[in-house]
Amino acid sequence: MLWETVRLAFTAIIRNALRSFLTVLGVVIGVAAVIAMVTVGQGSSEQVSSNVESLGTNVLVLRSGARMMGPGTRDTAPAFKLADVEALRELTVLSAVAPVVSASETAVYGNTNRSTSITGTTSDYLEIGGWEIARGRGFTTLEDKSGANVCIIGETVRTSLFGATDSTGETIRVKAISCEVIGLLTAKGAGSFGQDQDDIIIMPVRTVQRRLIGDQDVASVSMQLASGVSTDRGISEIETLMRERRRIEIGEEDDFSVTDMKEIASMLNSVNSVLTGLLSSVAAVSLLVGGIGIMNIMLVSVTERTREIGIRLAVGAQAGQVLMQFLVEAVVLSVIGGVIGILTGLGLAYVAARIMVIPFAPNASVVLLAFVFSAVVGVIFGYFPARAAARLDPIEALRHQ
Amino acid sequence: MTAPLIELRGITRTYGEGEAMVRALDGVDLIIREGEFVAIMGPSGSGKSTAMNIIGCLDRPSGGHYLFNGVEVATLDQDQRALLRRNYLGFVFQGFNLLARTTALENVELPLIYKGQPRAEREVRAREALNRVGLEGREHHHPSQLSGGQQQRVAIARALAGEPMVMLADEPTGNLDTTRSREIMELLRRLNREEGLTIVMVTHEEDMAAFASRLVVFTDGRVVRDEPVTEGAA
Repeated sequence: MLWETVRLAFTAIIRNALRSFLTVLGVVIGVAAVIAMVTVGQGSSEQVSSNVESLGTNVLVLRSGARMMGPGTRDTAPAFKLADVEALRELTVLSAVAPVVSASETAVYGNTNRSTSITGTTSDYLEIGGWEIARGRGFTTLEDKSGANVCIIGETVRTSLFGATDSTGETIRVKAISCEVIGLLTAKGAGSFGQDQDDIIIMPVRTVQRRLIGDQDVASVSMQLASGVSTDRGISEIETLMRERRRIEIGEEDDFSVTDMKEIASMLNSVNSVLTGLLSSVAAVSLLVGGIGIMNIMLVSVTERTREIGIRLAVGAQAGQVLMQFLVEAVVLSVIGGVIGILTGLGLAYVAARIMVIPFAPNASVVLLAFVFSAVVGVIFGYFPARAAARLDPIEALRHQ
Repeated sequence: MTAPLIELRGITRTYGEGEAMVRALDGVDLIIREGEFVAIMGPSGSGKSTAMNIIGCLDRPSGGHYLFNGVEVATLDQDQRALLRRNYLGFVFQGFNLLARTTALENVELPLIYKGQPRAEREVRAREALNRVGLEGREHHHPSQLSGGQQQRVAIARALAGEPMVMLADEPTGNLDTTRSREIMELLRRLNREEGLTIVMVTHEEDMAAFASRLVVFTDGRVVRDEPVTEGAA
């Protein structure tokens, strides 16, 4: 008899195809939306954490200009020179110091070209930024000092200029510089703001200063704290040194700033958690909308179902048998909807993760929560009107308008 | 003499309470024996349909005794009444009450499903029942593809399929034109005469009542006339 009841439920599902479809759709929308959004949120959260690690937690960046940049503050503050970098190198609290000069230029190889960002720095930069050389080599001390025409390129630049061929030893042209590609960086993927970190060419700082920009300025200095040195102590030593070198009187404001990467990391994290919260609320609304959809379909069909129940009771069905049929029907629809919803949601999240270049991070408890919620809504609104109808005298159910 | 198939003693049925209370049945005594074809007539609101629903265990009386085959029905619970409907009663309604989007064959099979008959046997029985009402070849039509008369035949086949002891028909011709109505009535009379099926039918048309063997007239919730139908009226 149970098997017969299950069969009855399936027959009813197929017979009322539109109603079944709409019910399933309600569940699918709710489940898929929640799963997709929360999974994407989690993925981007993981991405941020891994970026934060790759930034290096003991990295400090020195920039010209006051921390809170009002209008004009930057203009009046003098840029750093390589001499400042040398002075910083003397500090024992720092294990690596690298000047950074940036430019945006087009690199040309044969008849292909690519607009990319050129970073002028020293080999210390690779250590601070956690870069590794995949092929070839880094700059020699001599190349660092002299400003040789050599460069290290990122994976994106290599792919776009050289395609499948090996880039090492080839010569590319950036503006007036013809430089030899001596190394290839290991790919890092997207950065904290979604930018492509591998779209980069690194050259010795003097090369960029002289040949591309044409001055002696250093835009910023990246530094790595020596192990065991606290961030506060590092910052304070750097500030003391720079105030002295820049001749800032006691009581005067700094005309430079030292940023701790940890601060950026925590800022990114908080932005990210706001985003995740936002996505989750949208998902919760979708779940609600899906639930209301299920509810509507079930309530609208109550009249028809009540009459059907009356007919079944009249031909000798017991209330329990009718209820079992409706319960099975509701459960089956919810499960079908739930499974399709889970697959759709994970699929959407996977595609989104690929497009946004973030990790695909499905979360079992969210999948379960969304599924249970929709299933419960489906079962409640499928089952309880049926229960009310099955408790009537058959004649009442048959007369239901 | 064996117990009558249906015995109503002082049956009352009231709706509402206090001032607004309506007495639909006000002490009905009625005995129906096996093999009878009883037509119940009466003006609107006379309680004829209410009596029919009580006989069919679709509704419960407010007072009095109802014995079906000697068994007191008033003390049965919901599920036991369902079993009684399942095993002994067949219904035909004015509005057909077929399941929509469901073939004639499946509609007729419905009571057999609840009787727990295996699928193959169900189908044989349902086809048989459809043949008895002259609907061979329409097994796979949906109600919406059938005329009113054909739909009512499907309903009759559904009532027959369960091999009931009594068929209860509530205005079975109420939604049909005269020709269709007579066809349905002839079918019922044939089932009664040739197969000995007990039939209780509510109608408000004299012409249809003439097909029965006995006429019971209700007025204001009571039986006011109970007489055999004179032969040859139809």
